[in-house]
Amino acid sequence: MGDPNGFLTTQRLVAADRAPLERIRDWQEIHAALPGVDQERQGSRCMNCGIPFCQAGVLIKGAASGCPLHNLMPEWNDLIWRGQWHEAWLRLMKTNNFPEFTGRVCPAPCEGACTVGLNDPPVTIKANECAIIDRAWSEGWMQPQPPKRRSGKSVAIVGSGPAGLACADQLNKAGHQVVVYERADRPGGLLTYGIPNMKLDKTWVSRRVALMADAGIAFVTGCEVGRDLPMPQVRAAHDAVVLCGGATRPRDLSVPGRSLSGIHFAVDYLTASTRWLLDQQAKGRPSIDVRGLDVVVIGGGDTGTDCVATAIRQGCRSVRQLEIMPEAPAERRGDNPWPQWPAIKRTDYGQEEAIFISGADPRHYLTTALAFLDDGHGQVGGIETARVNWTPNSQGRMTPIPVPGSEQTLPAQRVLLAMGFLGPESTALDELQLARDAQSRVQTGDGSYQTSQAGIFAAGDMRRGQSLVVWAIQEGRAAARACDLYLSGTSLLPG
Amino acid sequence: MKQVSGLPPKQGLYDPGQEHDACGIGLVVNIRGERSHDIVSQAISVLINLSHRGGAGSEDNSGDGAGILLQIPDRMLRTICPSIGIHLPEPGRYGVGMVFLPRDDDFRKAVEHQIEAMVRDEGQIVLGWRTPPINESTLGMAARDSRPAIRQLFIGQGRCSPSSDGLAFERSLYLIRKRCERLVEGKSEESPDYFYFASLSSRTIVYKGMLTARQVPAFYLDLTSLDMESALALVHARYSTNTFPSWERAHPYRTLAHNGEINTIRGNVNWMRARQPQIETRLFGPDISRVFPVIRPGGSDSAMFDNCLEFLSLGGRSIAHAALMMVPEPWEKHESMADDLKAFYAYHSTLMEPWDGPAAMIFTDGIRVGALLDRNGLRPARYLVTRDDLLVLSSEAGVLDIPPEQVVRRDRLRPGRMLLIDTAAGQLIADATFKAQLARERPYRQWLNDQLVLLPSQGAAPADTGSLDDQALDRQLKRFGYTNEDVQVVINAMARDAIEPIGSMGTDTPLAVLSDRPQLLYNFFKQLFAQVTNPPIDALREHIVTSSALYLGAEGNLVDPHPDNCRRLRLDTPLIDANTLDLIRGIRQPGLCPVELSILCPIPENQGSLTSDDLEAQLSRLFAEAEQAVLRGAGILILSDRSAGPDWAAMPALLACAGLHHHLIRRGLRTRVSLVLDSGEPREVHHFALLVGYGVSAIHPYLALETVRAQVRRQFLPGLDEASAVNNYLKAGTKGLVKVLSKMGISTMQSYQGAQIFEAVGIGSDLIDRYFCDTPSRIGGIGLDAIARTVNTFRQAADDPNQTDPGLDSGGQYRWRSQGEEHLFNPLSVHMLQQAVRSGDYKQYQAYAHLMNDTSRRHMTLRGLFDLIPARESVPLDDVEPVEAIVRRFKTGAMSYGSLSQEAHETLAIAMNRLGGKSNTGEGGEDPQRFEPLTSGDSRCSAIKQVASGRFGVTSNYLVHAQELQIKMAQGAKPGEGGQLPGRKVYPWIAKTRHATPGVGLISPPPHHDIYSIEDLAELIHDLKNANDEARISVKLVSEAGVGTIAAGVAKGRADVILISGYDGGTGASPLSSIRHAGLPWELGLAETHQTLLLNDLRSRITVETDGKLLTGRDVAVAALLGAEEFGFATGPLIALGCIMMRVCNLDTCPVGVATQNPDLRCRFTGKPEHVENFMRFIAMDLREIMAELGFRTINEMVGRVDRLDSQAAARAHPDLKLDLSRLVHEPDIGRQIGRYGQFRQDHGLSQSMDQQILLPICQSALRRGLPVQATLPIHNVNRVTGTSLGSAITRRYGPDGLPEDTIQLTFVGSAGQSFAAFIPRGLTMVIEGEANDYIGKGLSGGKVVVRPDHRAIFRSEENVIVGNVAFYGATAGEAYIAGAAGERFCVRNSGLDAVVEAVGDHGCEYMTGGRVVVLGHTGRNFAAGMSGGIAYVLDADNAFARRCNQETVSCEKLTDPVEARQVYDMVARHCRWTQSTYAASILAHWEDWLPYFMRVMPRDYQRVLEAAKAMRQEGLDPEQALMAAFTINARDLARVSGN
Repeated sequence: MGDPNGFLTTQRLVAADRAPLERIRDWQEIHAALPGVDQERQGSRCMNCGIPFCQAGVLIKGAASGCPLHNLMPEWNDLIWRGQWHEAWLRLMKTNNFPEFTGRVCPAPCEGACTVGLNDPPVTIKANECAIIDRAWSEGWMQPQPPKRRSGKSVAIVGSGPAGLACADQLNKAGHQVVVYERADRPGGLLTYGIPNMKLDKTWVSRRVALMADAGIAFVTGCEVGRDLPMPQVRAAHDAVVLCGGATRPRDLSVPGRSLSGIHFAVDYLTASTRWLLDQQAKGRPSIDVRGLDVVVIGGGDTGTDCVATAIRQGCRSVRQLEIMPEAPAERRGDNPWPQWPAIKRTDYGQEEAIFISGADPRHYLTTALAFLDDGHGQVGGIETARVNWTPNSQGRMTPIPVPGSEQTLPAQRVLLAMGFLGPESTALDELQLARDAQSRVQTGDGSYQTSQAGIFAAGDMRRGQSLVVWAIQEGRAAARACDLYLSGTSLLPG
Repeated sequence: MKQVSGLPPKQGLYDPGQEHDACGIGLVVNIRGERSHDIVSQAISVLINLSHRGGAGSEDNSGDGAGILLQIPDRMLRTICPSIGIHLPEPGRYGVGMVFLPRDDDFRKAVEHQIEAMVRDEGQIVLGWRTPPINESTLGMAARDSRPAIRQLFIGQGRCSPSSDGLAFERSLYLIRKRCERLVEGKSEESPDYFYFASLSSRTIVYKGMLTARQVPAFYLDLTSLDMESALALVHARYSTNTFPSWERAHPYRTLAHNGEINTIRGNVNWMRARQPQIETRLFGPDISRVFPVIRPGGSDSAMFDNCLEFLSLGGRSIAHAALMMVPEPWEKHESMADDLKAFYAYHSTLMEPWDGPAAMIFTDGIRVGALLDRNGLRPARYLVTRDDLLVLSSEAGVLDIPPEQVVRRDRLRPGRMLLIDTAAGQLIADATFKAQLARERPYRQWLNDQLVLLPSQGAAPADTGSLDDQALDRQLKRFGYTNEDVQVVINAMARDAIEPIGSMGTDTPLAVLSDRPQLLYNFFKQLFAQVTNPPIDALREHIVTSSALYLGAEGNLVDPHPDNCRRLRLDTPLIDANTLDLIRGIRQPGLCPVELSILCPIPENQGSLTSDDLEAQLSRLFAEAEQAVLRGAGILILSDRSAGPDWAAMPALLACAGLHHHLIRRGLRTRVSLVLDSGEPREVHHFALLVGYGVSAIHPYLALETVRAQVRRQFLPGLDEASAVNNYLKAGTKGLVKVLSKMGISTMQSYQGAQIFEAVGIGSDLIDRYFCDTPSRIGGIGLDAIARTVNTFRQAADDPNQTDPGLDSGGQYRWRSQGEEHLFNPLSVHMLQQAVRSGDYKQYQAYAHLMNDTSRRHMTLRGLFDLIPARESVPLDDVEPVEAIVRRFKTGAMSYGSLSQEAHETLAIAMNRLGGKSNTGEGGEDPQRFEPLTSGDSRCSAIKQVASGRFGVTSNYLVHAQELQIKMAQGAKPGEGGQLPGRKVYPWIAKTRHATPGVGLISPPPHHDIYSIEDLAELIHDLKNANDEARISVKLVSEAGVGTIAAGVAKGRADVILISGYDGGTGASPLSSIRHAGLPWELGLAETHQTLLLNDLRSRITVETDGKLLTGRDVAVAALLGAEEFGFATGPLIALGCIMMRVCNLDTCPVGVATQNPDLRCRFTGKPEHVENFMRFIAMDLREIMAELGFRTINEMVGRVDRLDSQAAARAHPDLKLDLSRLVHEPDIGRQIGRYGQFRQDHGLSQSMDQQILLPICQSALRRGLPVQATLPIHNVNRVTGTSLGSAITRRYGPDGLPEDTIQLTFVGSAGQSFAAFIPRGLTMVIEGEANDYIGKGLSGGKVVVRPDHRAIFRSEENVIVGNVAFYGATAGEAYIAGAAGERFCVRNSGLDAVVEAVGDHGCEYMTGGRVVVLGHTGRNFAAGMSGGIAYVLDADNAFARRCNQETVSCEKLTDPVEARQVYDMVARHCRWTQSTYAASILAHWEDWLPYFMRVMPRDYQRVLEAAKAMRQEGLDPEQALMAAFTINARDLARVSGN
């Protein structure tokens, strides 16, 4: 920490996103970057804490406090302040395989736990991270690093989301021959199809995949293990398998009218949109299109926000977002102190854009959908909603109870269900008869990534349940170490 | 030899090798050599008047030992002997042995028979035996029970080879003694319970024993015989750290009486043993080995010193010459020493390292008698000479009543100086005369010029060593286990700032042996440090006494003054760069030939990793090669791991070096060769210290240096080129090394080398005994296999071809890292604790405690390794003493106002006062407003007031507002070190509380300048008890091997409480290496203390407290079971108040307002007293539950119940570590009647004091009604701390302002004892007509002190020493007029006193921060060292003052300002009025003539701030605003306050 008073003398500064009016007209990233010298000054705000809570990555009350990857923020914050970008990059790469992803899409639990945040706005950790890795790419520091010595062992990785990619990257470093199987036409999993382009430009994903391929990792796309390729065959062809298939079963809403057409899962909608974008040569419209329609998104999370923003770009007539939870407070509540993840109201880019267009926040809090209304053609035309009260049920669990008389009907020709995911899909797992837990996640031993079958490992949402990209990378890295230990007896991979 | 010493055998954590002693010494001599009984009886009076410096055990009438050394009393013996059939030859042709023998008659006779045989074998004549008459009726039980049979053996001179020096018979007697010792002690099976020669000489005789001073003449009836005559007498009253009977350890020894301690004893003894094979002389007959070992093992440091001195003086040098070899004065940096004397010292330094430590020695060969003071002048020695040539020297002045008009000279011994009397020549030989003569005896300068090899000084451009590229460098760094922290935190800081990096908040990482991460071998060693029995020194401010030089090459022959002896290579520091190493490689002189040896191990190709067998084989290979090389004439061995790589593993350099060092000692080859290490492994100061401590002479840390260069290339060190960065790094290393040795009170690298001043933690005995002989290691631990594993782990990472995990590991030692070393305080534990205390929810506390205990048990702390053994029947929780009672035993740690914000400091105090526990001021004083209760009923007054070495804010008023006064001897985070508060942190409000100036830096010296040994501590305890008789006196020690014996000494010194602090305690700022590597966990220190106190039957007299990361009820339970009854907490409560372990306390940027003075940050403080109360209550609740389970109803029942600790749990949980905690739970075999917790009050003996008996009664009218009182009273040196009780009575009644000036005027006639007028407030004026001893006016708080010579005195006042050392230490206000010279360290740490004195010794005005001092005459060296405030005016008649003044922080100019000159005139005039000094009067009479000679000594910072404040006032600010403005301006100038 070169400047012990930085946190007192320098204000937090992040680059403003591109203006809503401008950005909704295209699909380009909404992010902008600060000039390098300003970003460097932001590094000086880091206090180089005796206990950097930012890198702790511990669970407090179920939420991550600090970075699950244990990024070495105090080290690289200081380095960028010194203008030592190359060193900063080296320290960043020690813990994070894909900073260009987390630097864009991570909700940054690090900043929630940043000690500066006790009294002032926290250090711009996420922007600093993004600036470091973007510079590394632009300076040409990012070069394929094939291992100098191959182990002679091969590992199959099923799924190419962030967990799978991270796992592949690590195992390749350790010298194992890695094959990544992906059922979609492009690798990347949710990075490619789950997150819209304006949040994470797909160029970055393909650039990364290409780099990994150059380092010796094989990618097999359009191949669903368990369907296109039987699992036992995969197992037999490799010395180990790591399952990184994600938690892709979306949560549904079984209310009257669910079978009407025009009701889609958010992930399908977003996938369709991105595929249309990437396949620009196909022209035409996305397979799920909302142009000129009233859209209702059910679910107030990040995916819901992505749906809102996508719908706006597709030219919807209106967009509303139903959120069953109450509006979060503007500041931390007493029972949610630092360094816990701050449960505060955030107005994300999608809502910002909606507000910009319509003048009103699209979010309807404490609201549930009671029924989907038929437009007469088997197509959804509206939603009947009601306000809810959260009251304890007989077991004492808080449950949302509709308030009689609060019913309302909203126009909706398209409904997007963004209510989270239930767990992994079953096919490949059943084929192997892997042990699962009550939430249908793949069970692994305490603190290990080994499934109930030797040589088969699981990581990411498939093991952990639906979570953040940053957790997925962490899982992929840890599973890689477990797998390497299994294959080699020792491992120099960080855990 | 357990029986001889009377000490209990080594058991549990108690080790008799740790015993210390100190004392008072005295010498009475007739310079003309006229023998008389008067000399004997006067010496005995001296001894009795020094009684208070001796110690007594749990039994008042069993002393620690006393004795007297005399010339052979020929007249008496000649009268007595015929009647017992002994016919004495003429004087000088017979010798007398004073022998302690077994009480059993048969056994005794058998031994006597053996001795007689030996006498005859040496060709001498047995004349007979005599049993000197004794009377043991006054002896205590312990002394009586342990008394030996005391016999005198008379030996007539027989066959003696003629010798020019007339010592042939003495040598023969010496040989008889040495051979007897070997013969008798060699037979271990049937060794007698007593066999000891108190003396055996034809010149001197020693009467001594386990006696009090008064018992000496009563016991040895010979001494009262009027025929008992001598021209000289040495006496000694001993104060030991134990209560065990020991007749032998009484002084004087055969040639010597010593007051002090030899800090370097282990190294000196090792080296003496090592150089024996090289000693050649015919003086002791054909076979020199008959006198070996020169040093008899198992003796005290004084005994060993005596052994060496005796050998050297019989080996051809005069005794004074020998003494100077062993205790040279600091010559290297002397500004005015003659060159031939420097050459004398330089020559002898190539032969032998100094025996270093605080020492006042008196020695004699029976004809010449001398006295010598150590280089630091840390012991007092005052003397006087009378008209009729009587010289009396003693630890104190006034020990013998001599009519004032008889005294022609009163003086003191000065640092490094010698006083010599030749009774044969009838001469008193002055130091300078004697030394000049000695220096000219041989052409030492010529010899040095011809033989000594010097290298060009470092600083030349480093040789291009073919820099590694970044990746290759990374690999090498990994190979040697470097972390990113090593590079960024440690190496960068050293290369950038040329100082060691600073940290704060202590350490909470596991002991190396418990860590899950690979650990360098260095981490298993903890630095030892000086506390109580010897002082650490200030290597920065007193650098004139230090030296970092070492010699390379074969040592010569100790007893033969030959020019070849100095054919050695001198290095200014053991840290060298590549150039120097190359130069060493190129040397070709005999005795200096270098041979390179590899410390690499080949990796067997099929194996891929190193095994412990490989390692052992390679170590043996190294030892064998080294041995061969030495035998072939190598004088320097260069051990190198240069080519470490995939096929060659580097063995740990420390293991290789220490192992080789001991191997060569065992083979008798050690002093023929020096070890130079060329290694990639060492990188920080602790590493360097260990290497030098285990015998290495020079270290080239090539990889660290390569890293420094790489860091320059990578632009991490802007503004530095590679050469200057490397130099900075080496300089930082050298400074750090000097600091490490100064912590042990050692001044020279040469004495530190090989001294092994470390304790190992977690290393098994196999490893210790083979490679680290005699290093304490008390809990067992790892062997070679674990070391090999670590090497392999590092190698794997380095040699991984894929570089799977590129870049260095973060480390996480200094700052937590997820991937790094574990810390007790981590994100989760901090959060959980804060949530628990804020919510007040005990369940949340339990979750926190569970986490903490679990972490601790898994792998963090020693306490975590114990299992608690539940009682067969638990007690109901309701029967356990209540929370309210338990929290009264709780205290918060000593954290100063200054390190903590006002808000945090006061919140702690309020919380602890609400609970009935105790908070602690720390070392920073306390705002008197806090002594008044708040309207809410809360009190901000800290119950414990700390008295630390800086004495900041320690006033009479401060002291009387304490419930407990804590003397801080050491602090866990940096034991043995002082502190420094840089100017930018001395905010106006801090300055006010500390009686200092805003913006001006403050220094706390490493030692208390009134505690250089155990009897000094007893004195300070006594002083403080007088200053506040209602307060308990507590002594804070830090855990280390031997702390138990020190604690016993402290208990004997009548402390009420002993605090044993763990090494891991917090700190505002401390060097990182000190935080981690100095001191030990409290578990070890506490257990040792409890065991040792029990063995001494002192445990029941004292309360034992412990602290050091106590964080849960379980921690407290373990502490109680190991022997503590009170408990301190610091980090825990701070966390409760919002601390989040930022570890930036040293930067003043604490973002939660806890450890900062910045008003903007203080606003952020959110702590509340309730948080601390909750913390304490939770701990107590937790503890109660454990107590119920263990079946204890009260803490008292629980104290020391080690039977409830399962020490085997560690072995079960970590079998691979081979830990053995059984010594911690050792229960000494003692009687049931021995008390096991504090239950009796110490008798401080206040009621006998002059204050209680006389002063308070006669001053009642002043005390009650403020009426004037005047009186004249006699005083003696035994009247100590006179006036202090009276002063405290005034303060209690009249508050900080005291009474109107001079309300009480007391005049004392005679010699005042120590600490005269300590802490006295305004209104009390105390005049001495005569003289005073050490510590006069200590902590003066507004009173007035005058010392003037007796009106009958015939000497010139300005030339005679009238007050002792360390006068007015820590004075805050008042006036002092001293008509005479003062000793060393006059006005040290003065912060407000105005004083006039006529001359001062060395280190005058040291660390002064305020007040004014006028010195009208000569000053010693190093004046104004570390002075940061106040002004001194020195009359510099000979224009030589500037050279003696340490101008690092002050400027020294003529006094020109007329206003100021007038003020000085007025001060001198007042001096004259109070003292009637004719000298002062003559100056006043010719003021204008004298004025140009006055020098004005002004600290530069102080001047700047004063000027800034003045300017601000002129701009219209009020004084307070002006100060704040001046402070702000000052603080901006950051460059200036970088500190050091």
